[in-house]
Amino acid sequence: MNRYQLSINAPVVLTQTGASITVIIHFSFFKGEVHTMKFAVLVNEGPYQHQASDSAYQFTRAALEKGHEIFRVFFYHDGVNNASRLTVPPQDDRHIVNRWSELAKQHNLDLVVCIAAAQRRGMLDENEAKRHGKDANNIAEGFRISGLGQLIEAGIQSERLVVFGD
Amino acid sequence: MEDEEGVVKKFLYLNRKAPYGSIYALESLEVVLIGAAFEQDVSLAFIDDGVYQLKKGQQTSVSTGIGVKDFSKTYRALEGYDVEKLYVDKKSLEERGLSTNDLLVDVEVLDDAQMAELMEQQDVVLSF
Repeated sequence: MNRYQLSINAPVVLTQTGASITVIIHFSFFKGEVHTMKFAVLVNEGPYQHQASDSAYQFTRAALEKGHEIFRVFFYHDGVNNASRLTVPPQDDRHIVNRWSELAKQHNLDLVVCIAAAQRRGMLDENEAKRHGKDANNIAEGFRISGLGQLIEAGIQSERLVVFGD
Repeated sequence: MEDEEGVVKKFLYLNRKAPYGSIYALESLEVVLIGAAFEQDVSLAFIDDGVYQLKKGQQTSVSTGIGVKDFSKTYRALEGYDVEKLYVDKKSLEERGLSTNDLLVDVEVLDDAQMAELMEQQDVVLSF
């Protein structure tokens, strides 16, 4: 079932630069049969404050690259702040919010922000802002606001729910 | 198994933090209450400072305490939501000089091995 095959992907490449000769050999391992899994991800910490937010992103991206399915990414506690459209990190740093938005666009990811956690932290989409008489909204592209039921559903529907938190 | 109606999974809520120092305990409780509507097989475990969440006599009002809403009564209402399996880590209780007499609700006390076994049995572990 899980036999690994060794193959040399690209031919051996010889590059001559000046006096030194660099030999680049590409090895790659791949499974004969790949079992893909359906994951859900829970992000419980805010961006920049805590590594959990970065780790969740790296995990999600890696899983997608390996061909796994991400059923949903759910943002809870301070994790809801990962969805703020108004985030402005220094230019030489990663842009955590935009990174999620781009990944969502690429892979049609379902990024869900908990409505209860979001409201008490001042995170509102257009509808919620209107409903509460607020003069602004701040949910970034690719995120949607919904209820905690979406987290429970993610636990039921996926094979693994991976929690990133403190 | 997925996409079927009436799937029942084993959900464990792992409560590890003191009730008012951070919002984890309160928001964990909110997940438990919403989750109850999904009729899953739910257990709650309290370990480390999480055991303080169940402590009797919490006084948090403006006049007597820190000016935060006391949500400890909610643990007593869990029974009404069919959330009846509450577990407390033995060592965590003892280290804090607590016994089950100090707690608001009836719990089952588990040692390390039993707690590990409880976690092992679960489909979903939500750690707060």
